[in-house]
Amino acid sequence: MSDPAFQIIDPGLFTTVQDLGRHTYQRYGVPVSGAMDAFALQAANLLVGNESAEACLEITVQGPTIHFLTDMVIAITGSDMSPQLDGEDIPRWEPLDVKQGTLLTFGQLRDGMRAYVAFKGGIDVPTVLDSRSTYTHGGFGGYRGRTLKSDDVLPVSSDSASVSRRKLPSGYTLPVYGNHHEIRVVLGPQDDLFTEDTVATFLTARFKISTESDRMGYKLVGPTIESSNSANIISDGNALGVIQIPGDGSPRILLSDRGTTGGYPKIATVITADISKLAQALPDHTLRFNRVSIEEAHDALEHQNSVLSALSRQGKPLSMTVSIGDTAYQVETPDGLPVTKTSLHSASISETTRRLSAVIDGKTFDFKVDVTQEA
Amino acid sequence: MPMGDQALVIEFGDHIEPECNARVHSLTRALDSSTPTGVVAVIPTYRSLTIQYDANLIGYTDLTNQLRDIDVNSNAHEILTNRIVHLPTIYGLEFGPDLEFVARHSELSAEEVIRVHSATDYLVYMMGFTPGFPYLGGMSEEIATPRLETPRNSIPAGSVGIAESQTGVYPIDTPGGWRILGRTPLKLFDTSRERPSLIAAGDYVRFVPLSNKDEYQMIEEQIMKGEYKPTVTTE
Repeated sequence: MSDPAFQIIDPGLFTTVQDLGRHTYQRYGVPVSGAMDAFALQAANLLVGNESAEACLEITVQGPTIHFLTDMVIAITGSDMSPQLDGEDIPRWEPLDVKQGTLLTFGQLRDGMRAYVAFKGGIDVPTVLDSRSTYTHGGFGGYRGRTLKSDDVLPVSSDSASVSRRKLPSGYTLPVYGNHHEIRVVLGPQDDLFTEDTVATFLTARFKISTESDRMGYKLVGPTIESSNSANIISDGNALGVIQIPGDGSPRILLSDRGTTGGYPKIATVITADISKLAQALPDHTLRFNRVSIEEAHDALEHQNSVLSALSRQGKPLSMTVSIGDTAYQVETPDGLPVTKTSLHSASISETTRRLSAVIDGKTFDFKVDVTQEA
Repeated sequence: MPMGDQALVIEFGDHIEPECNARVHSLTRALDSSTPTGVVAVIPTYRSLTIQYDANLIGYTDLTNQLRDIDVNSNAHEILTNRIVHLPTIYGLEFGPDLEFVARHSELSAEEVIRVHSATDYLVYMMGFTPGFPYLGGMSEEIATPRLETPRNSIPAGSVGIAESQTGVYPIDTPGGWRILGRTPLKLFDTSRERPSLIAAGDYVRFVPLSNKDEYQMIEEQIMKGEYKPTVTTE
């Protein structure tokens, strides 16, 4: 079920519907698309009680004006574009109640480049190739395959989420993006086509983001990076954040709407945890690359995701399973009820030790479990 | 080789040739039939396979160990069953404005160009450039012709062209500089289909010449009514 939920009064500079993208069709030449700042999109969804991958609005530099046709819960994350509801400043990165008839506007861009607006239930445009993301160059996905225009009316799913809303963990500092960005990279896959000196230059120079930058990728201006033999390799597949070096020696970082394959050598690849910083970097901002190992990159990603997992744990019923091989078995209380927060705290069970049982292949196994609650 | 923290690329060689490409498709099919946990997408190309994974679900070392255990047959090329996708194509007329030029350049008649171009089953080495665009290999050097000096602003979807010794089909209207020999009424890419791309990497493409405009229009009408079923055979 979905209802007309909001109307675009003014579309802003470049406003599209995005989720986490379509991945499996890359082998047919279909770009992934999806939110440029996937972290901010997931956080916005979780704050309004959605699953992390629902479709949101991605707004760019200059925000839209939105008229709400119904009461709902929204959250705005990502860049700071001075959001207001009916002329009153509103906070970012938290769930907000909005009333039918109110107007959401954006003002001055204070920090970052792209903001995300999540709506409780998720924007309910049709899925195309398993995703609601807009691919504007291909003219499909999102709302009619294009950026939003004045008078567009978008539906939001009215299926109520199981979780009403969530709050960022106290002590979490909101991202401040700034205008210089230290970006971590893993070298390769074709760093061996560059001399040591060239790689050293690449890793120490300050580059400026060119105005020839969009959702496909960012072109960088700085010292010329030249490969030691020819400018081309046999076309390979591309990954998110890959840094190609074309014949002109200006690095190009490939992002959400990137082509699936490319024939320029790839000197390095931006780590996933730093894609969010890039998504919030404007033309004329500077950046510098720092080399890390894959293990360090995975640690950074885990650190970034810990905020998302802390969010998604809120309000979820606690459940406990015993896994044997690939099969998970539900653990029950002695009364035969699934383990929930309530049953764990019920008076019939001692403070720290729970008696629980699981039925595996017809046999009942009793467990004594010591539970320590995670912060 | 790692490509960042959530992708890797496996190279099978450094040349564009069918044997090497067959090993790429052999591994692709092995991964399709039994996908390791955490693998998000694969992109087969001329001589390599790019594998994207979710680092929350699997680590780089775990994944590479699992991939090493997959047996990629070295004579995959002889044992793979390949689909041959037939593309009915009208050559010349308003559909193929460069047929005459290619004929003059190759010192052949237009009929001979059509015969040479449609005599080969072309291997789809990879897909890329735009959704549904097949990179075809194996065109006869007899009809190789340079690109247009000035690219056209718009080439209609379905146009069959050549550039040097490559041949290909434009799946959607795009600007382009290839010499256009003809056009197929078939839709190579359609997001509303269950299989959006008519062609996959590892398939072969066979151009089947249509003898006149009526045949082209008949197929076009059948496609519009949803009654046309593309011919796909196996070799």
